[in-house]
Amino acid sequence: MKARVFVSLKKTVLDPQGQTIQSALAGRGYSSIAHVRQGKLFEIELSPETDRDSAHKDLEEIAREVLANPVIEEFRVELLD
Amino acid sequence: MSAITADLISSHQLTHDEYERICRILGREPNLTELGIFSVMWSEHCSYKSSKRHLKKLPTESKHVLQGPGENAGIIDIGQGWAIAFKIESHNHPSFIEPFQGAATGVGGILRDIFTMGARPIAVMDALRFGPLEDPKAGARNRRIVEGVVSGIAHYGNCFGVPTVGGECVFDPSYNGNPLVNVFALGLFRHDEIFYGRASGVGNPVIYVGAKTGRDGIHGASMASAEFTEESKQKRPNVQVGDPFMEKLLLEACLEAMRTGAIVGIQDMGAAGLTCSTCEMGSRAGTGIEIDLMHVPQRETGMTPYEIMLSESQERMLLVAENGREEEVFAVFRKWGLDAVEIGHVTGDGILRVKDHGKVVAEIPNRPLADEAPLYDRPYTTPYRPAPMEGPSFVTAGIQEDLKMLLASGDLCSKRWIWEQYDYMVRTNTLQGPGADAAIVRIKDTGISIAMSLDGNGRYCMLSPREGTKLIVAECCRNLSVAGALPVAATNNLNFGNPERPEIMAQLVESIEGMAEACRFFETPITGGNVSLYNETLGEPIHPSPVVGIVGLMHTGEPAGIAFRNADRAVLLVGGIGDCDAVRFGGTQYASVVVGKVWGLPPALDMDFEKRVQAAAREMVSAGMAESAHDIGQGGLAVALAECCFGLGVGAEITLDSELRPEYLLFHEGPSRVVISTNNEEAIVEVAKRHNVPVVRIGTTWEKTLSISNRGVRLATMEVEALRESWENALPAKLSVS
Amino acid sequence: MKFGVVVFPGSNCDHDAWYAVTRNLGQQAEFVWHDSNRLGDVDAVILPGGFSYGDYLRCGAIAKFSPVMGAVKKFAADGGLVAGICNGFQILVESGLLPGALVRNAGLKFRCMELQLTVATSDSPFTNACRKGDVLRVPIAHGEGCYVAEERVLDELEAEDRIAFRYVKNPNGSQRDIAGVLNRGRNVLGMMPHPERAADPLMGSLDGLSVFTSMVAAAALKK
Repeated sequence: MKARVFVSLKKTVLDPQGQTIQSALAGRGYSSIAHVRQGKLFEIELSPETDRDSAHKDLEEIAREVLANPVIEEFRVELLD
Repeated sequence: MSAITADLISSHQLTHDEYERICRILGREPNLTELGIFSVMWSEHCSYKSSKRHLKKLPTESKHVLQGPGENAGIIDIGQGWAIAFKIESHNHPSFIEPFQGAATGVGGILRDIFTMGARPIAVMDALRFGPLEDPKAGARNRRIVEGVVSGIAHYGNCFGVPTVGGECVFDPSYNGNPLVNVFALGLFRHDEIFYGRASGVGNPVIYVGAKTGRDGIHGASMASAEFTEESKQKRPNVQVGDPFMEKLLLEACLEAMRTGAIVGIQDMGAAGLTCSTCEMGSRAGTGIEIDLMHVPQRETGMTPYEIMLSESQERMLLVAENGREEEVFAVFRKWGLDAVEIGHVTGDGILRVKDHGKVVAEIPNRPLADEAPLYDRPYTTPYRPAPMEGPSFVTAGIQEDLKMLLASGDLCSKRWIWEQYDYMVRTNTLQGPGADAAIVRIKDTGISIAMSLDGNGRYCMLSPREGTKLIVAECCRNLSVAGALPVAATNNLNFGNPERPEIMAQLVESIEGMAEACRFFETPITGGNVSLYNETLGEPIHPSPVVGIVGLMHTGEPAGIAFRNADRAVLLVGGIGDCDAVRFGGTQYASVVVGKVWGLPPALDMDFEKRVQAAAREMVSAGMAESAHDIGQGGLAVALAECCFGLGVGAEITLDSELRPEYLLFHEGPSRVVISTNNEEAIVEVAKRHNVPVVRIGTTWEKTLSISNRGVRLATMEVEALRESWENALPAKLSVS
Repeated sequence: MKFGVVVFPGSNCDHDAWYAVTRNLGQQAEFVWHDSNRLGDVDAVILPGGFSYGDYLRCGAIAKFSPVMGAVKKFAADGGLVAGICNGFQILVESGLLPGALVRNAGLKFRCMELQLTVATSDSPFTNACRKGDVLRVPIAHGEGCYVAEERVLDELEAEDRIAFRYVKNPNGSQRDIAGVLNRGRNVLGMMPHPERAADPLMGSLDGLSVFTSMVAAAALKK
């Protein structure tokens, strides 16, 4: 079983990187790009016998306590097949 | 208009009396936006309401001082038409909540204080205090905080392009729930390039530049003025994220805009953001300011006037331009790709008038808001002192082992792990960087160099706030003197607990009085600084932790440095062996690390003698008589000698002749002492004599080992390289425990 | 000779490079703004250190789109001397003017220190004042200076004698201890260490000057 965890800055927190990328894109003429926010993607592989529900619970916990900084970041866990 | 309830007032950290005063000033009840504005301006952080009457005791003037306290930073004349601006600021609470961003934005804030005056930042230093890394309960969190704070400082300073040239880092359980991050910055400009935060000239446009406003750190200023409780940990505001790239652009654009001559006044938006910058600029100039919030660039939608006025979004500046010359200013900011928007104008009525789409949402007289916050004469008793006067009896298990243990302890071990993460060389002016007694930065093409040092000692100050603080000032000046510099001015950061507790207030008062006495004596007036109170977590205060940053002037040249350079040189102790007793030993590193207890009093200081020793050391170093010079500080003589050996691996044979018991002899921390190596012993002796200072020859440098004996008894023989490795590896080892 | 020092938003060693070549070396230099698409009459270009565009996205990834980079590419294609230092090196690899990539240091931390480099070839306009095997004391200051490339590329660099400098003690995990590389035409150099910080006796080392004196000698030869 595979999972993905997306970590990004909370919507209300300033994202200097995203902002700089957006303005660079605007400078290159991509005027349709209104807003960019960046983050991290973790691709995680679980052992085959893992139970789906407990995997999800573990991943939520891992995301909250290890992968993301809850003070400024939010996360989303995605279980694939 | 929402009704102001008692709950609302107290949640804004305002007292009932303060609220009454607001009503008197306004002649009516405030609305919520106005209440918010008052609450940040009258917070401890912005108003110094608990400390101001005592801060007035500090000396603030000398022939070098061009600008004392009250502006964004103090300014010192350094000659040839050049001046420096410098100041220290704390970012303690934010660094506990989010170490990386808290420390980063701390660096950003102090840098803006410097360049808002027109000075280009050329050096940064940090004084850091953390809980012990090996603490059984809090160790893991402390290690995380250290990692975060150090990389946050590195991230911001390195990207901005200012060298972080030194500082200090101390560990103590009293900082377990309350780390201290104090950042010092220094900038350079010419006398005719100085700008002030004044909104002069009725009708002049008020211009907002830099980052957009978001809901960042709303109520940071009033939070920095309250203790941490379990409840407040939940009420986390939006953490501010630093953008050093934006700050770098802002620096270049501001300095360039200033050169157009079209700028009248300028101030950064720090704590209390738009509120603080508008009312302070108006108050200083005796004018009013009218702004309309619909023009303020906003990062988020639906922000209320309250939120916009109280936002602490970083990397923003407010400036007042000459009417009719706005376009010159806008052109510069356009070139640097920054937002610059006219949000209002200067008025003659002395009122801060805030509109939102034309509708008045706040209307407050500037001066009472900015300068007439209630001042408190808080009661004080005798300082809180959680230590006995008498210590346990102890006897060394072996001097050699003691020295090893001390050199691997948190406070005394090498801080390379920290400062290697800082770019301490950018701008190619750093003559002496981290790891020395003082940092030295040259001013290109002038022959002038600036030496600077940050010092603090919470343990000494816990034992005696007054004596401890005097020792800090003395040590800081000594650090400059052994670099060959003349100390000329100082900045202070007063980190204390809750001033509403009389025994904590007493620490603050005594510390300020000690600082005043010492700064007056050493002719280093305080030109500005910062007060950080309520540094307590769950009722547990930090040690009283005043930090001073002192700058000195010297001629540009190759620094002597602390390291022994050659074998076969005389090792001299300028100031003599000094004296110690059981009580005065209780505040030493030896007591704390080896004995495991702290008691008694800090070392005794004779300021008159100290000044003579410093003058002598300064003359020896600047005349080139000393090949190396290192002051004796924490850890005493043995630690200082080891540090002299570490730089280049040159050892020494030390033969002492003293009645003191070996622990005192080698590890007492009596001030007014400098270790010098020289091939010109006669000259050193002559200078010492002229300054009426004793000097003893304590040994000779030689290859590769440090050997110490007293009256024929061998106390230690150690390989310098092995000792250096344990000193060097201690911090990474403590941090890598998981 | 006249150096052009390119200034990107976020460059912060631009003035240091300018100072080294003018004050320490006595040559001429001028700054070239990033949105200029002309280099003027310069004889050599320096892409200085710093954090162009904050090094957001990837180091050098946004700077490579600056108008001036078009001019720099053309200048390099015509045989002009281009030296990228630190962030300048990162911009050169992002632009494809040099092979490989610079990734996060092996220790994951920014490192600022003086260290030793060996000159791996003297056959270049940037090292002709040195002998192969010379050891130079030059500082580094970077968080992303770990040089990586495919094995094939690394072999090729070695076979074509295009490694300019190697670390004596590798500070960042760079493959084959690479601290600086040349392009195939040998007229473009990228290096992570900062020669401009070792160009003044007061800075503790003069060894970095040899990079610039080599460039002066090479430019004189061309004229």
